[in-house]
Amino acid sequence: MSSTLCIVNGSVHDPANRIAGEPRTLFVRDGRIADAVAEPDRTIDARGMVVMPGGVDIHCHIAGPKVNLARKLQPEDHRRDPHPGTRFTRSGSGGIVPSTFATGYRYATLGYTTAMEAAVTPIGARHTLEELHDTPIIDKGFYVLLGNNIFLQQLLRDGRRSEFRQAVAWWINSTKAYTAKLVNPGGDEPWKGRRNSNVSDLDEKNDVFGISPRQIIDAFVEVANDAGFPHPPHIHCNNLGHSGNFRTTLETMKTAGDRRLHVAHIQFHSYAGEPGKNPGSAAREIADYVNAHPNITCDVGQVMFGKSTIMTADAPLAYMLRGIKKAKWINADTECESGCGILPFSYQEKVYVHALQWAIGLELFLMSADPWRIILSTDHPNGGSFQSYPKLIRLLMDRDFRKQEMQRVNRRAIARTTLPDLDREYSLNEIAIITRAGPARALGLRNKGHLGAGADADITIYDDHPDRERMFSAPRYVIKSGHMIIDNHEFCADFSGRMLHIAPEYDASIVDAVRPFFENYYSIEFDNYAVPDSYLHDHEVIPLRPATG
Amino acid sequence: MSENLRVVENATCTFCGCVCDDMILTVDDTQKRIVKAKNACVLGRAWFAEHTIEEAPAALMEGKPATIDAAVAEAARILVEARFPIAYGLSDTTCEAQRQAVAIMDMVRGNIDTTTSVCHGPSGIAFQGVGESTMTLGEVKNRADLVIYWGGNPAESHPRHFGRYAVTAKGMFTPNGKKDRTVVVIDVRRTPSVPAANIFVQLKPGKDFELLWALRVRVKGRPIHADIEEITGVPPATIEDLVQRMKGCRYGVLFFGMGLTMTRGRHFNSGALLALATDLNEFTHFVAKPVRGHGNVTGADNVMSWQTGYPFGVNFSRGYPRFNPGEFTTVDTLARGDADAAMIIASDPASNFPREATAHLRRIPVISLDPKATLTSGLARVAFRTATYGINTGGTVYRMDDVPITMRKAFDSPFPDDESILKAIREKVRELLLARTPHGARSAFELPLTA
Repeated sequence: MSSTLCIVNGSVHDPANRIAGEPRTLFVRDGRIADAVAEPDRTIDARGMVVMPGGVDIHCHIAGPKVNLARKLQPEDHRRDPHPGTRFTRSGSGGIVPSTFATGYRYATLGYTTAMEAAVTPIGARHTLEELHDTPIIDKGFYVLLGNNIFLQQLLRDGRRSEFRQAVAWWINSTKAYTAKLVNPGGDEPWKGRRNSNVSDLDEKNDVFGISPRQIIDAFVEVANDAGFPHPPHIHCNNLGHSGNFRTTLETMKTAGDRRLHVAHIQFHSYAGEPGKNPGSAAREIADYVNAHPNITCDVGQVMFGKSTIMTADAPLAYMLRGIKKAKWINADTECESGCGILPFSYQEKVYVHALQWAIGLELFLMSADPWRIILSTDHPNGGSFQSYPKLIRLLMDRDFRKQEMQRVNRRAIARTTLPDLDREYSLNEIAIITRAGPARALGLRNKGHLGAGADADITIYDDHPDRERMFSAPRYVIKSGHMIIDNHEFCADFSGRMLHIAPEYDASIVDAVRPFFENYYSIEFDNYAVPDSYLHDHEVIPLRPATG
Repeated sequence: MSENLRVVENATCTFCGCVCDDMILTVDDTQKRIVKAKNACVLGRAWFAEHTIEEAPAALMEGKPATIDAAVAEAARILVEARFPIAYGLSDTTCEAQRQAVAIMDMVRGNIDTTTSVCHGPSGIAFQGVGESTMTLGEVKNRADLVIYWGGNPAESHPRHFGRYAVTAKGMFTPNGKKDRTVVVIDVRRTPSVPAANIFVQLKPGKDFELLWALRVRVKGRPIHADIEEITGVPPATIEDLVQRMKGCRYGVLFFGMGLTMTRGRHFNSGALLALATDLNEFTHFVAKPVRGHGNVTGADNVMSWQTGYPFGVNFSRGYPRFNPGEFTTVDTLARGDADAAMIIASDPASNFPREATAHLRRIPVISLDPKATLTSGLARVAFRTATYGINTGGTVYRMDDVPITMRKAFDSPFPDDESILKAIREKVRELLLARTPHGARSAFELPLTA
């Protein structure tokens, strides 16, 4: 039974509807924002408080096979951060890779109500859906890894572009995914089949499939734009973490031309310098390109000091990082689909490279001319936990705090950036854009990230505290789909949230082309591969956009 | 044979961790049995052929037939009133049922553990220590040119492991199957798996760790002592040959079994093997994988991990999950006499646990869920007879390589499945806990210690 609600006297930040901190009255009915409700069941007096749409995380790693391996790997981390249950909520474990229940509750505790898992193997989609079902409160979806898919690469090699298009749509339908994810495209085959090597140039042709990363990127950009995916291909560029990789990043964005592309955790791809030597900052070059190209969206992948966990389908990268400390490490190959690397990691203030990464992320935020397209993320848990978002928000909003923090980190690294000269402070409205309105728009979620009539009633109400870290750490009220979840800082209900996915059409004859490949090279039966609808709990199919030609 | 036959394709066999999903079952709906299981191995054929619906009550209380509702109510009462309730088993049921079981133990602040603690638990502990370079089984089929089995006998325990995944299987870069790979078996005795191997290395019992460590040393190019043969029974030349093959292959695999995990050294053995596979990645691509036994023990590890953060041996008595093998593992909670109630799901500890543990199981109220009558169900105060997973139910299972598979029901059982029973118990537990919430308390779980 859903109740009606009225929120009065709050200072409303709803950038999508051009409302910047003005007193507005909000009404909620049937889980959505309404124009008016005659006799609301409850009225919240939000005087002295800031009202925003629920946060939307466009890029995080919270569910599925690799996340669960990383959870299993780190009992020492869970035991320091238990997550007790309450009358309404399940217990769990926190730390850098929390259990599913703790993940959902802790996102809600920051005022976030939607999060997208950024990398799932198709064969792991069932597992991911089971975990997302156990991830409460938030709405969620996932991006399916297709950039190193052997069957798709064979189609591209053979010039079968129309079948490629059908097969991509088939895969997305079969896994209930939200868009295609490319990770280090073309890099899997040298890793698995050529003694742990990698691809480094966008135009380097793979000697097994005879195609280059650029051809893969171009093909996916074309499919997603032509078919009108609400969110374009989500790409983790080649050469992540390597000095001088900003050139690869620029080339990747140029490959998209004026077609839509989302570049994930772009901070990790904005390094100057020469390969093998210490990196410098190329934030200016990257920010200039993004600022000038409205077809590009990106999330920052900010590094936050402290514990992290590297978890990525970019297996060569994880192996490279493993070489630093030679501590525990996971490699997990998925047949015909993907690689994966996982290792516990920590970013330290005094380490040159870590401090540089931290500074480059902040440069990118502060150089952004269009906050709608440079979105807040830490690539959780790669750059740091999503639980550090409040501190990141304070770094962006509070220049003095930022300068103070700069004093604590490697000076040599800061000197190689322009961070000390960047005096910009984000406004509350800009924060509402980079954490809500922007990611919702980039995802094509028309009912999220704003508070206009008809929007999902995902609402967060914060005390307007001058310490923004404190403010964003603990909303006073969180409302999800019209349900009061956090009431005066306490959980008062549980909620399962919804699965968000797309369903692009495909020609059924593509199944006949995929089947023989499966029978030869997969180890499960083709007819047991596609995920049945029974794995979707409450769900919503997000419509495609009109074709952009 | 009756005329009432029906074929179920792409069904899944859950007898072992191979979880073969290419079964073609011929079902006789009149006799309620599977008359033919095409593609099944000798173990799978027996699994399907011997499954019949027995005439029995769906629930017993104190050995007497009871309604399911009454049995559910009694089970919930036992769990809620216990100070240290434990749940155990779980590896031969669906992930859907496992999720319900963890939820119940979370609510009653109990202890939950799976059969992992008595099979590959040491591998789980080793994994937490050193990580693991691993793969799905299709990668082995497509790429592996060196396959090593250590302390396992798949010819008898996992009969289709060779043909479907690892030895004779033909794949993308191994079009000639066995001709394209070298197969090594390392064991303390000549098992029926040895004829499938190109190389058999026999080592002295209990010396797995020593041989693994010697291999690691040689992979790193350091010298080993001449007495290695005396210690392990393996000549230095054999060690050298193995090292050259491992470093020289393009895609190497180490499969390991309970010969490694349940002998002297336990998680040190598993850890040494996982570390060896990791070391080899400096030279080539190398992976390792425990050859898991029960059909969905891997699912149990996964469900436990995503819900609690830990794979087995979890205790909720403080209101949040804690992990401590040796303390919260079932043999220990029973043998020490800590547990004062037990819910056993799809397992028969009374028949295979140590004497002290089974003796304690006889002293406390036991709830059992099992498709068959077992020693455990015989001593249970509340015994549910449930539908057999994978034959009479759908649901999800995870293969030994973490690949999830949806099962197809062959025919209906008159008995409810584990998930439905556990869901009903969970609802009843919730009711009882809410009724016991002290007035004004914010949490039903903040209960006084004495009930």
